[in-house]
Amino acid sequence: MSLNIDQIRGLFPVLHQEVHGKPLIYLDNAATTQKPQSVLDALSTYYSQDNSNIHRGAHALADRATRYYEATREAVREFINAKESAEIIFTKGTTESINLVAQTFGRKFIGKDDEIIISTLEHHSNIVPWQMLCEEKGAVLKIIPITESGEIIFEEFQKLLSPKTKLVSIVHASNALGTINPVKKIIDAAHQIGAKVLLDGAQSTSHLEIDVQDLDCDFLAFSAHKLYGPTGLGVLYGKREILEAMPPFLGGGEMIKEVTFEKTTYNDIPFKFEAGTPNIADVIAFKTSLDFIKSLGKKNIKMHEDDLLSYSNELLTSIKGFIPVGTAKEKVCVLSFNIKDMHPFDVGVMLDANGIAVRTGHHCTQPLMKRLGLEGTVRASFAVYNTRNEIEKLAESVAKIARIKNK
Amino acid sequence: MSSIQDIQDEIVSEFEILGDDKESTIFYIMELGASLAPFPENERKEENIIKGCQSKVWLIADEQDGKINYKADSNTDITKGLISLLLRVLNNRKPEEIMKAELDFVSRIGMGSIIGSQRSNGFASMIKQIKLYALAFQTKQNV
Repeated sequence: MSLNIDQIRGLFPVLHQEVHGKPLIYLDNAATTQKPQSVLDALSTYYSQDNSNIHRGAHALADRATRYYEATREAVREFINAKESAEIIFTKGTTESINLVAQTFGRKFIGKDDEIIISTLEHHSNIVPWQMLCEEKGAVLKIIPITESGEIIFEEFQKLLSPKTKLVSIVHASNALGTINPVKKIIDAAHQIGAKVLLDGAQSTSHLEIDVQDLDCDFLAFSAHKLYGPTGLGVLYGKREILEAMPPFLGGGEMIKEVTFEKTTYNDIPFKFEAGTPNIADVIAFKTSLDFIKSLGKKNIKMHEDDLLSYSNELLTSIKGFIPVGTAKEKVCVLSFNIKDMHPFDVGVMLDANGIAVRTGHHCTQPLMKRLGLEGTVRASFAVYNTRNEIEKLAESVAKIARIKNK
Repeated sequence: MSSIQDIQDEIVSEFEILGDDKESTIFYIMELGASLAPFPENERKEENIIKGCQSKVWLIADEQDGKINYKADSNTDITKGLISLLLRVLNNRKPEEIMKAELDFVSRIGMGSIIGSQRSNGFASMIKQIKLYALAFQTKQNV
C-alpha cells in the first residue's frame, strides 16, 4: 500500500510554517521527529480531564490515568513483540535506559577484567556509561572496527568475543551514518559464548520492524520522541529473568513492596525500576504515536523512506563537490555528507537560510568521526512525512551551496 | 581613524541594505571572511585556539606603537566573516579603547538570529579573548 503523504502531512501542524521566509523542510528527524495532532491532543486531554497520580489513588481519575498509563505499556509490548508487558520499563530516554543497565546489571554482573564490546559506530550514550562502569570495576571496553563505508567488520567482532565478554552493547542503526548492523548475527554469536546483548534502538525502532523475541536481544533501549511521540520518555525492554536478577536503579516511592527502617523489600518488575511519580502524561500520549505508526504500517513507512533515501542519493551524488559519508548497503534513511572545502556548520547555516533543517557536526559520535578522519558531517534524515519534492529542494540548495567552492 | 562607534554604524548600515534575506546575509559574511588577512601558519597551534567556539578559531595579537594588532583565522567561512567584522571594529586601537568598547553592532544587526544561539556563544568567547589580550597589553604598558 502506498501512503498518502499529503494527508499524513496534514496531521503535523508544525510542518506548515515558514522559516526565514521559506517553507520549512524538516530533515532533522534522526534528532527528533515531529508530533501528529493526535499526540498533542492526548497530552492536552490528559491534563484537562484525567490528571492524577497513578497506581495508588482511590478515586476515579487515578484509576483512569492508571489504566491509560498501563495501556501504553501494553502497546509498547506489542510494538516490539515482547513476551509480557512487565518487561517494559519507562525511562527518560535511550540514554537513561542504557545507564540503567550499566548501573544495575553492569554493577552486579560485570567485574574486574571482564569485557564489554561496543562498536565504532556508537553514539556517546552507548560509550560513556560503559567507560564509567569499566573505570569503577576495572573492566575492559573493546571496540568493533568498521570499514570505510561505515559497516562493522563481523570477523573482527568474532575475534573480540571471549569467555571474558559479559556484554555486547551495540547500535541497531547508526544515527550518524544510517548503517543497519547485522544484529541478529551479533546476538547469536554473543549468546554462544554466554554474553548478554543490549541493542540501542534509538534510530531503528521508527524505521524497522522490531521483534525482540525473534532477535532474542536481552535489552532494547529506545526513545519515544524519535517515534513521533513526546520528549523526555524512553523505554528499556529487558528479559524477565534478567530484570528480576538486577538490583533496583533509583530508590523511592513506587519501587518498593514494604519499607521499614531496618529493611526494604522491592516491588516486582517493571515497578522496581520506576521509582517516583513517572512521566504520566507523556507515557499516555506515547500510545497515540504508536497507534499512528501502526495505522500506517511499518512496512509502508519503510518503503516510502527507502524511496526518499534512494532519490536523495540519485539527486545529490551528481553534485560537484558532494562527498557522501557512510555508504553501507543496509541503511535507514539518513544521508550524511560533506561538501568539498566547506565546513559542515557553514553548509548547515546556509541550508537553514533556505528553510531546510538539518543537523551538522559530530552527531555525538566523536570516535566515529575521528575514525573517518572528519570533523563532522551534514546530516539530512527523513521521516514518513517528507516528500520527493522536499528532496528536490534539498538537492537544489546543496548544489547552489556547493558551487561557492566547487565551480 | 574612525571611532569604534562610527565603524559599528557603518557595519549596521551595510547589513541594513541586505534586509531580512538570511541567505544573502550569510553569503555576505562569508565574502567578508575571504578578505581576512592571512594567518601565519606557525601560529596555527593549540594554545592559540579560543575555547568556547564550536568551530576552530585561532587568535594572536601583538603591539605596535601602543596599539594592538590582532590576527585571527577559523576553519569555517562564516566564522571567518564574523572575525573580520570584529577586527574591523577593534584592530589597531589602544588597549583601553578595546577594553571599554561597547559592541552594540552585534545586537543591532541581529547576529543571534543570523548565526543561532550556539554560535552566538562562540562569538561572545571571541570578544572576551580579544578583550583579555587588551588587558594583558595594558598591564604590560603600565609596568
